[in-house]
Amino acid sequence: MIHRLPITRRAALAGFGAALAAPAIRPSFAQSAPIKVGVLHSLSGTMAISETALRDTVLMMVEAQNAAGGILGRRLEAVVVDPASNWPLFAEKARELLAVSKVDVTFGCWTSVSRKSVLPVFEELNGLLFYPVQYEGEEESKNIFYTGAAPNQQAIPAVEYLMGPDGGEAKRIALLGTDYVYPRTTNRILRAFLNSKGIPDSDILEEYTPFGHSDWQGIVSRVKRFAGEGKRTAIVSTINGDANVPFYRELGNQGIKAEDIPSVAFSVGEEELAGIDARPLVGHLAAWNYFMSVDSPANTQFKAMWQAYIKNPRRVTNDPMEATFTGFKMWAQAVAKAGTTAVDPVRTAMIGQKVDAPCGYTEEMHANHHLSKPVMIGEIQADGQFNIVWKTPNAIPAENWSPFIPENANRRRG
Amino acid sequence: MRTGAAAENQGAAWRRPRLIHMKHPVLIFLLLFALALPARAQDAFTAGLTGLGTGFNQTAESVDRLGASGDPRALPLLRALNDGRLLRRADGALLIRDGAGATDALTGAAADATGAEVVRLNNRVRVALRGALGRLQLVSPDPAERQAAAEAVFRSRSAENVPLLDTALARETVPAIRARIALALAASRLMANDPENKLLGVTALGATASPEARAVLLEARATNPAIAAQIEEAVAAIDQRLAVRRAAETLFQGLSLGSVLLLAALGLAVTFGVMGVINMAHGEFVMLGAYTTFIVQEALRGIPMLQPWSLPLAVPAAFLVTAACGAAMERGLIRHLYGRPLETLLMTFGVGMMIQQSVRLAFGAQNREIISPAWMQGTLMLPGDIAVTQNRLWILVFSLVILGLTVAAIRFTRFGLEMRAVTQKRAIASSMGIRTGRVDALTFAFGSGIAGIAGVALSQIDNVSPNLGTGYIIDSFLVVVFGGVGSLAGTLVGAFGLGTINKILEPWAGAVLAKVFVLVAAMLFIQRKPRGLFAQKGRAADA
Repeated sequence: MIHRLPITRRAALAGFGAALAAPAIRPSFAQSAPIKVGVLHSLSGTMAISETALRDTVLMMVEAQNAAGGILGRRLEAVVVDPASNWPLFAEKARELLAVSKVDVTFGCWTSVSRKSVLPVFEELNGLLFYPVQYEGEEESKNIFYTGAAPNQQAIPAVEYLMGPDGGEAKRIALLGTDYVYPRTTNRILRAFLNSKGIPDSDILEEYTPFGHSDWQGIVSRVKRFAGEGKRTAIVSTINGDANVPFYRELGNQGIKAEDIPSVAFSVGEEELAGIDARPLVGHLAAWNYFMSVDSPANTQFKAMWQAYIKNPRRVTNDPMEATFTGFKMWAQAVAKAGTTAVDPVRTAMIGQKVDAPCGYTEEMHANHHLSKPVMIGEIQADGQFNIVWKTPNAIPAENWSPFIPENANRRRG
Repeated sequence: MRTGAAAENQGAAWRRPRLIHMKHPVLIFLLLFALALPARAQDAFTAGLTGLGTGFNQTAESVDRLGASGDPRALPLLRALNDGRLLRRADGALLIRDGAGATDALTGAAADATGAEVVRLNNRVRVALRGALGRLQLVSPDPAERQAAAEAVFRSRSAENVPLLDTALARETVPAIRARIALALAASRLMANDPENKLLGVTALGATASPEARAVLLEARATNPAIAAQIEEAVAAIDQRLAVRRAAETLFQGLSLGSVLLLAALGLAVTFGVMGVINMAHGEFVMLGAYTTFIVQEALRGIPMLQPWSLPLAVPAAFLVTAACGAAMERGLIRHLYGRPLETLLMTFGVGMMIQQSVRLAFGAQNREIISPAWMQGTLMLPGDIAVTQNRLWILVFSLVILGLTVAAIRFTRFGLEMRAVTQKRAIASSMGIRTGRVDALTFAFGSGIAGIAGVALSQIDNVSPNLGTGYIIDSFLVVVFGGVGSLAGTLVGAFGLGTINKILEPWAGAVLAKVFVLVAAMLFIQRKPRGLFAQKGRAADA
């Protein structure tokens, strides 16, 4: 089923403009209706700090795809909406994209709570959502493709690293997180994993703080005290959003060095470090599937493309942007393969799509709608970039149903 | 064709950087061993160099050997490694970069650094490096370096350091450094093999009031069941001394949170407390103050002489900017809505959202970096070893100064007198010739200006982002209402009271629940005493 849409004035103009500007190189799009790409990222509210860069990434990809001739000879048109960091509004805006704008595909969401809010809408109206952020797993929808990491592709390898000789052989773990579904589920998985590795509950400290928490004195002193019980201690942080900046500042001010209490973060990337003096944080860790400092031809191209698009040679790239980039390329390939933008054929064509991702590995979409990804541990450098100190030799497939959550473990597909 | 290209690319991706994985540890080890054999004939220093920059584990081992060699030539090399200035050329030569050029680490001759890579560190190497630098710097002529060295040796604690520390202790004259060395000596003794030395260590550590000593003792307890009883005793002694200090630190944290609340609420205490205007855009004025700090910092970037003063200079700038915004808002909008609190609330809420989104459009959604001056970084040790973070301490002092100035302005200036007169009886004040409209505008501008000053302080501890203000608006209203509308003393007591209660509860209940408890407690209190702690007469109180 192809959505037949009236040609909008802007689309026609743009197509006409393109045809005039370079008739020999660029095909004229004026004949067929554009393919609509929905963008469902918060442009205001607390998540705007992280999500605006993803909106820009999708817009960049749309522009690049159009410059390369569109898909199936049709032009791409982005439909941007602002769900304003408001979880119920995400569902409303998703419905608007699918029912009113009739988009062919949507790229969007950051927090798990926003994804949970739009999931029923995408299933009811049979839409297609690409979700680009690492998350807690325990989910699988035929209408969502997850291009970020599942816990076994980020959290568990990172904790194993902390417990290994290079990470400082930690025997006590402080799990600090923001109070919502992602940190709580991840920490539940990690607690079960640590118990299975012989770390008792008495050696695990679990603390949650509200979104945007800024007074970290008490918690950092408590971690210091927790670390002073005679066993090597490490911090595992699922702190989200801009609360990270005062947290790291407090670590620095209280003199906690990475040599004594290393910390590994799952939601701190180049973008978050851009607003902070990173010198006191050198040596603290983050686990992702991509860092801007990755040395690969695909990454060099990706960085150049981004900085040229945003017209700022100092803007950074990060993991969710890379996941958006990879997801977009896979979708474009799947549409080309299916020969249509209709959801069902594209969904079938998506499985098995491969992309040489900027992370330096070939990522593949598996039948569980998750990607195989490499895991990397990076150390914060004084300039706010990451120095990769460890990575898996291969891209590893996702276990979205964690074996450490007993009631869901049997839902795993072969 | 696709699969072929993919496989080829996968092959490229698997070519891992040399530093990350050493595939053949045995081979490397043999190689090292082979290299070390003739090298030992030369000296321990050159032997120690092999392995630097070939892998994290090899680098760490090499650093350990260099530290153990005690060779003074190792010091500049290890310092260079620590600062990221040590390079390794493809042919294995080690170079130290200084400025634009580079010198050979062994000979000191100028060398060609093309193709040389920085020897990278991870935490394991950093731990080894700290221990090695500590050993070598214990004899440094610079007291600061000796202090750092004693600290480092304490953390690396190895029985091998006992003789070294003994000599260092005998030679040391500065009392503070002596104490650190003694502590390091005690910790190193604990690692020794003979029980006598161990007991000496336990006694010395038990006589301190240091949380680090306590951690060392607890660590030793697991491996030394023979002296567990003595260790328990020593830990109990330390705990007793620490109890007072912990209480003091919790109190400081409470006061510090209170000072933040006070700063955020003070402007509101004027606009809401005195004038009775419910200003939901108050948080946005705080945010504008923080952005003014950023603008001042960027403007002074080109003038090195004024740069360290950017934060003090931002205070008057932020006051003027937000006071001007406040005056404009009062004259343009609020004055038409006096006596209609609901409309005022909705209108200011809308204005707040507009300010927020305009800032987001002008500066972007990303956080802006405010550089903390050196005097606001790190921890200050108060008498009794109470550790307080510098930035929080300054903000505490600053909040009290601003409170003092506000009280003085209201008490002792003509503007303050007119303000109080208009607040108490508008009609009479007006008939005495006071231009009430002008006083209203000035009062609102004054309160908004204080919010801007709060923004300067908050830029040091929170994110300078368009959302900065939203986090403070509820807390500010809570403080003002709890303290008593119209009373600055109430605002002071309310802010510090709520801050301290929050911090005392936090260890028991966690950060989220502590906040809930405080809100419930404040609610119950206001139920009992609707006019707050210090009930006063004012336009709001009369209404």
